[in-house]
Amino acid sequence: MKLNLGPQHPSTHGVLRLILDVDGEKILACEPVIGYLHRGMEKMAEGMTYLQYLPTVDRVDYLSGFFNSFAYVTAVEKLLKITPPKKASIIRVLLMELNRIASHLLWLGTYLLDLGAVSPFFYTFRERELILNYFEKISGQRLMYNYFVFGGVRYELEEIDTIIPIVKAILEKLNDYEKLLTDNPIFLSRTKHLGILTREIALEYSITGPNLRASNSHLDFRSNTSEYKDFEFKIAKADEGDCFARYIVRLEEIRESSKIIYQAIDYLKREEIQKSPVNIDLKPMNLYVEPGEAFADVETPRGLTTCCIKADGTDKPYRVKWRTSSFYAVQLLPKLLIGHTISDVMAVYGSLDVMLPEVDR
Amino acid sequence: MNYLYCAFIELLAKYNFPEGLALIIFPLLPFCIIAVGLLIMVLFLVLVERKLLGYFTQRKGPNRVGYQGLLQTLADAFKLLCKENITPSGADKFLFTLAPIVAFIPVMLVWGILPYNAEFDLMSTPVNLIFYLFLAFMPVFGIFLGGWASNSKYSIIGSVRVIAQAISYELPIAFSLLSIAVLSSSLNLTQITLAQSSVYGPVKWFVIPAFIGFIVVFISVIAELNRCPFDLPEAESELVAGYSTEYSGMRFALFYITEYSMMFANAAFIVVLFFGGYLSPFGGYLSNIFLGGSLTADILVYFEQTFWFLLKTFIILFLIILVRATYPRLQSQNLLKFSWNILLPLSILNLFICMLIKAFIGGMA
Repeated sequence: MKLNLGPQHPSTHGVLRLILDVDGEKILACEPVIGYLHRGMEKMAEGMTYLQYLPTVDRVDYLSGFFNSFAYVTAVEKLLKITPPKKASIIRVLLMELNRIASHLLWLGTYLLDLGAVSPFFYTFRERELILNYFEKISGQRLMYNYFVFGGVRYELEEIDTIIPIVKAILEKLNDYEKLLTDNPIFLSRTKHLGILTREIALEYSITGPNLRASNSHLDFRSNTSEYKDFEFKIAKADEGDCFARYIVRLEEIRESSKIIYQAIDYLKREEIQKSPVNIDLKPMNLYVEPGEAFADVETPRGLTTCCIKADGTDKPYRVKWRTSSFYAVQLLPKLLIGHTISDVMAVYGSLDVMLPEVDR
Repeated sequence: MNYLYCAFIELLAKYNFPEGLALIIFPLLPFCIIAVGLLIMVLFLVLVERKLLGYFTQRKGPNRVGYQGLLQTLADAFKLLCKENITPSGADKFLFTLAPIVAFIPVMLVWGILPYNAEFDLMSTPVNLIFYLFLAFMPVFGIFLGGWASNSKYSIIGSVRVIAQAISYELPIAFSLLSIAVLSSSLNLTQITLAQSSVYGPVKWFVIPAFIGFIVVFISVIAELNRCPFDLPEAESELVAGYSTEYSGMRFALFYITEYSMMFANAAFIVVLFFGGYLSPFGGYLSNIFLGGSLTADILVYFEQTFWFLLKTFIILFLIILVRATYPRLQSQNLLKFSWNILLPLSILNLFICMLIKAFIGGMA
């Protein structure tokens, strides 16, 4: 029997369509169909100036807006051959890590909703709200921040002291989630030994981010990024490669992110940091970029995102290319799902943390 | 009851109705009470569940329609009444319409079986425990029929799951009921209730000897109601809405009412079997203690029994809702494994324990 799952389905979180070949409950074949959320992010860039495109890049993946604008802004900075002030790059790291926590919290809630547990969804949203409220305070927006600009950030960071209580509250609640879930027999039976992704397959399919690190790999692009040079953090990692390992890795990453946030706040409070995080020499309104190519990597909550820009000397990019990790995660589905049952589809699919807007751009 | 009957005849005589009318109307009155009570209870139960789920997740739940959202379900029901009944093309029209009715009618009968107080048990046959078991299974048949007739793949998967689930959870329930029958030496729900009465309150409730049975029945009942964590037939994140995917309007509402009234009936059933039904948890009835001997007390006792009955039922319902708020859904194959490998042996063990208790302790008493 052919079962058409989606594109309008309560738990695809967007518009993914899966064409499943099922025998009773068992899945024989799976074909993901994407493209229902295509907005032409790449083509759009060719008709816009560098500055005009800046607010739209947050929408590539609306749950991790800071990461996308970081990739774009850094790539443009490389083309312009400027470096942001030290304070600006620390602020960027701080906000990105907060964003990572918010994104992982949302994942946790929706994943459990996919598994049929209603309550954790509201709990994680309650904590995520704290972070979003802070983002709203500094940038005026809750999801599409438009806060990073070429050569710095848009405004001074305000109310730094309010971050620590937020992070502390979240870490405290994280223990509660663990109490609710990590030993929950039903949760374990639904996630352990399910959708096992071996390291070889993961590397073959270009999987990055927590999905890869749950399969016994150390690859974290944060350690290659110059912004993260001054920060100490462990790379969260698990060996099993099943859904439960991916859950453990994400929870661990929230804890590691909080460490980075504490360090960043310490840095920001020091005197020697340059006062203004905004590069005032740059006039972004008429930005003519020298011909050339540049790309920037960033480790988003979902893996590696790369923004590659080719400039041709005008005020508009000649071509922008986005490499997003969810796109690669969707390709994995046929590999992981075959042999499982219909009730496992969402358990596996949810554990990969696929963001449909990121897949289609 | 006789007192009420006389009062009713007097009332009829006052308005010059023939006396024979009372003979026809009076036996029908309790059924009307049940029909109305069922609808009110369902409306109330849906609201209570949404409110509780709201409080569990630090929300307020519905609080816009009426005082604190009291009329929310009424508004929802009104909306469903106004909606168009859509029959999908390719569906079996007759069965598609019949299915919600098949699911709903047995629930009304089930409500009639339950002993709400010492007088108010309408179908008191010597074997109404068995009768209950069969009727409680009937809605599953309606649900299956609905899913089958909808001509939709999600519905068919849902209805197949319903049947698989119901069959495997019916057995542990049956075995646990057997242990109750052994303990009380009766298959009549009123007799079972009375067998649990004692002057010391809850000491003779069957939950004490048959505690394993209570756990088994509690789990199985949730499974048979298709509620979380056993809500596979209507698993939202997998099958959209399962068997009811294609249903809309009043037909959908009938399924909905079936689900919630069955939930109440099954909770009440657990109360009758394990928690002494309408018996007071203090041994004696409060109205007898305070107003003993008077006519008011004799009438009040019935209301008090109903009150205890409903109170206990709502505690069980609260537990069922709490379970829903806590656990994720089981996998379909684990669900069946759980029933056959764990619940069934447990219920047989429970039967064995109960027989031993009856043979040694019950025999001496």
